[in-house]
Amino acid sequence: MRVTQSNKFGFTINRSRLIDYDSSDRKVREYVTLREPSFRLCFACGGCTATCTAGQHTSFNLRRMNTFIRRGEIEPLREEVKRCMLCGKCLLVCPRGVNTRNVVAAAAEAIVKLERNEL
Amino acid sequence: MKTMSAHIVVAGGGVAGMEAAGTLAGMGYRVTMIEKDDAPGGHLLQWHALFPDRRPADEVISHFRKHTEHPNLRIITGTTVEKVRNHGSGVLVSLSGGAEEQADAVIVATGFELFDAHRKEEYGYGIYDNVITSADLEAMFNRGLVAKADGSVPSRIGLVHCVGSRDEKVNNNHCSKVCCVTAVKQAIEIRKMLPSCEVFCFYMDMRMYGPYYEELYRESQEYHNVNFIRGKVSEASVNINNRLVIKVEDTLAGRPLKMELDIIVLMVGMEMAGAGMRLAEASGMKRGINRFLESTDHHYGNNLSGLRGVFYAGTCTAPMNITDTISHARAAVTETVKYLNSR
Repeated sequence: MRVTQSNKFGFTINRSRLIDYDSSDRKVREYVTLREPSFRLCFACGGCTATCTAGQHTSFNLRRMNTFIRRGEIEPLREEVKRCMLCGKCLLVCPRGVNTRNVVAAAAEAIVKLERNEL
Repeated sequence: MKTMSAHIVVAGGGVAGMEAAGTLAGMGYRVTMIEKDDAPGGHLLQWHALFPDRRPADEVISHFRKHTEHPNLRIITGTTVEKVRNHGSGVLVSLSGGAEEQADAVIVATGFELFDAHRKEEYGYGIYDNVITSADLEAMFNRGLVAKADGSVPSRIGLVHCVGSRDEKVNNNHCSKVCCVTAVKQAIEIRKMLPSCEVFCFYMDMRMYGPYYEELYRESQEYHNVNFIRGKVSEASVNINNRLVIKVEDTLAGRPLKMELDIIVLMVGMEMAGAGMRLAEASGMKRGINRFLESTDHHYGNNLSGLRGVFYAGTCTAPMNITDTISHARAAVTETVKYLNSR
């Protein structure tokens, strides 16, 4: 095999690191958007995560979770949705008026439905 | 010339009002400028230096003083325009105190008000001594001293962007446009005044939309070591050492962040001025969903009120910087003259 720059230095993208938007699962996003249309308004300021009670003790990050849902990244969601305590402080902070607590509830529902093949 | 004897009332003596009134007077019209405060100048009077080149605000103020010194221009202070209505071929202008002016045309230049930072209670303005606004910081620059309430020298200052802007919770979904670049300007000024004081800007997006704004942002990093953290501050409190603490998500690191600060500067946004709102209500002028005056067409009629002989200038229509305000006021002059010549 001819040694090239790319196989010598490994200039390839590891599949598992890639957000493959073309083959990602949109079903959860569609379900969450339908259940809570204000989900679309998030502009990723992170105010929710800054004030989050669960986020002070766990890796829970609502702003990142929203992005995962939008990109169809389902795997990280499964554990993430369980960490929220639904206290609703994020609702008080959100400058876009996203019903954040309902987004988490809808995402948790979507995960269950996905596992039951109901989505 | 018949039109040259026309009388024009300008409601407001800030940047837009002074530009329009001075220009019309210079063209030979009789102009009456109505200012609610004791002297014209508007918000410019509170500012120490202007972005992006940190030019002293005094320079621009003296320019406008000269521009508005004209025998054709009468300035009435301590007075507001309460109502305008079409009367005969002109416009009848009702002033606070009951006086009236008969005008051939009116330019509304009632401007903006700074967002009242008390309304974002979670940031602690009026609760914690060392939480101040961007306007308070300009006053400190004017005094030549940036210090904590107890007089001591701050070692770390945080500037919080978008206070009262882009925030549904205070009914302001609009961007105030000028606060990002004001924060960068003020950050540089703090660093120059207090070289050992760290400065952090907490932003959601850096909206460096004007000429040399992006360059100023770069300069702040390259020469002044200003730090930028992308996240909306959720709240401020005071810790056991009586130091301010803020909570924010460092969204680029993806983790919550807390930081102790000596002074928090709230970058307050722009809202439609109360006097302008009352005038609009009384006179039947349309306002947009952001409460600013709505012109007949935002592309090619953005000085037109829809009322005969009444024109808009400056930040009563939208947040604007000084340069754009001057341009908008000049455009209002053009529309006014065009109208007077067509009568």
